[in-house]
Amino acid sequence: MDLSLIIMQLLSGIALGAVLVITALGLTIVFGMLGVVNFAHGALFMIGAYAGLYLASLTGSFWWGLLLAPILIGAFGMLIEFVLIRRLYGRSIDDPLLLTFGLSYVLVEGVRIVFGSDGIPFPTPPQLIGVLDLGIGFFPRYRLFVIALVAVVLLVLWLTLEKTRVGLIVRAGARDPTIMQVLGVDIGRVWLAIFGLGVGLAALGGVLAGPMRSVNPEMGSLVLAEAFVVTVIGGLGSIVGAVVAGLMVGISISMVALFAPEMATIVMFALMAVVLLIRPQGLFGVRGRTA
Amino acid sequence: MTSPSSGEAVAKSSPGGLGWLLEQRVLLSIAVLAVLPWLLPSQALAVNVLIYGVVVMGYNLLFGYTGLLSFGQAAFFGAGAYFTGIAIGRYGVPWFAAVPIAVGLSTCLAAAIGIVSTRTRGIYFSMVTLALAQLVYYVALQASSFTGGENGLRGFTVDRISLFGLQVNFLDPVNKYYVLMIFAALAMWFQSRILNSPFGAVIEAIRENEQRARACGYDVERSKLIVFMLSGAISSLGGCMLALHLSIVPLDILHYQTSGMIVMMVLLGGARSFFGPFVGAASFLILEDVISLWTPHWQIFVGAIFVLFVLFLPKGIWGTLLDVLGIGKARQ
Repeated sequence: MDLSLIIMQLLSGIALGAVLVITALGLTIVFGMLGVVNFAHGALFMIGAYAGLYLASLTGSFWWGLLLAPILIGAFGMLIEFVLIRRLYGRSIDDPLLLTFGLSYVLVEGVRIVFGSDGIPFPTPPQLIGVLDLGIGFFPRYRLFVIALVAVVLLVLWLTLEKTRVGLIVRAGARDPTIMQVLGVDIGRVWLAIFGLGVGLAALGGVLAGPMRSVNPEMGSLVLAEAFVVTVIGGLGSIVGAVVAGLMVGISISMVALFAPEMATIVMFALMAVVLLIRPQGLFGVRGRTA
Repeated sequence: MTSPSSGEAVAKSSPGGLGWLLEQRVLLSIAVLAVLPWLLPSQALAVNVLIYGVVVMGYNLLFGYTGLLSFGQAAFFGAGAYFTGIAIGRYGVPWFAAVPIAVGLSTCLAAAIGIVSTRTRGIYFSMVTLALAQLVYYVALQASSFTGGENGLRGFTVDRISLFGLQVNFLDPVNKYYVLMIFAALAMWFQSRILNSPFGAVIEAIRENEQRARACGYDVERSKLIVFMLSGAISSLGGCMLALHLSIVPLDILHYQTSGMIVMMVLLGGARSFFGPFVGAASFLILEDVISLWTPHWQIFVGAIFVLFVLFLPKGIWGTLLDVLGIGKARQ
């Protein structure tokens, strides 16, 4: 097998993994802070893709869609937290999961009513059409852009969490919300913002994935399973884990697709099973955290 | 009926007349199911309530009684159906042998998935069971020479079965209902036995306080694995019933939407109650039937109703009813 082909496939895997990282990150941040697993995450990813597509066609520019869709859907996420999820704090940990599961039905069917059940092609922005010569082969410009953008978003997130006052509150709130309240922090507002951020990241993942796969109401269900696998491998609540596991899963899928295409859909689940047998809390998870 | 389990059921005392009535929950449930085809608008609906009722009942053992929220029960429902279909269609096994074979194989599948998933706790368990059930879905999709892939499994029909020397025309919906009801009755008896046994008390202890159960010396991991297998076995029997009923197995049966539907049904009816799963299956299917009469977008209503149930009626229809009547308290 040609080495350059393997390197190209590796790059494909990183692009695929980048979208997974962004999506899983939203899931894992919300869990780390609120202790809520958002089952509607996949549906919100899908809605993000539709919103991006709609806004892009409305403004005539992909870039407006890329910018506005995560913000709008993130705000919608805050509404969901404020109206529905807030009521369930203090109840069984399963309840938010069940509620968001029901919500995903509503969201998916709502999109079917508005946009129809058929898939819609998501045009690649004109600046990023075509391939770039990397010396060893040609690689789609759009995918390189996805990798770069995700890297920038990760950097910004990391700097915000580690170097700013807001980040300090967020990290402290994840560790002990009660103490934060005693110290005079309105933890409800922090949770609202974090849920919005998580949903915004799902929507960003949706817009980014749009041009790489067609947009249809069912796209969220596969993404949800993928995001679950990534967060389980990385360790629920761990940001580093989501990044490492997302890239790992993306690369494994594209590598296996090269050698044994029929196994490509199965490999990530097998990977998850192996990780669970060796480290049930995930690669970067803390033991007992998910009790 | 003298309670067959009274010797073992030390944990549960029967408080007088009401208690005696509740001891008969299997007989009561069978009695209701026996008149169901005449209560519901169509025979087809009644058969579906029966089938999904058994599937959801098996799931209730895991979710309601042990407190493990799995999103992968479709794997066993589907496995039961596929194994039955493959055994009859491909290997010519008679139907009465195909059903136990299918349940046995599905239980092995449940053991494999359970070994991985019961190592995890809390919310992890939900995510892992969903992912592993998706794995089963993709395997069935890829192994199309066995499963028919996307087209579903076809080419097996049970039209005529002999029962105790009696030839029964299985194509007649009423006959079909009552033959399948025998399976449902067996499943209910089995589930009731599990719940009345000391093991039944252990799984409820795990739900109430896992650490305390562990401290009392119970092997929590092993109990979870066993209950996962038992739950899978009962749900797979529902799959066998579906295969016999439809004579095809659609691939969708393995999809996580099916797992989600099972979760919805158990919550609508009432987790932790014996008859709740049948109430849940019936309400879900009736809801689907009624709403899809005037809009194809019935899922938006079902989803919204489910959200309202989670918020305001977490014990479901049957569970709340039992509470209101004060029966729920007597049981606990």
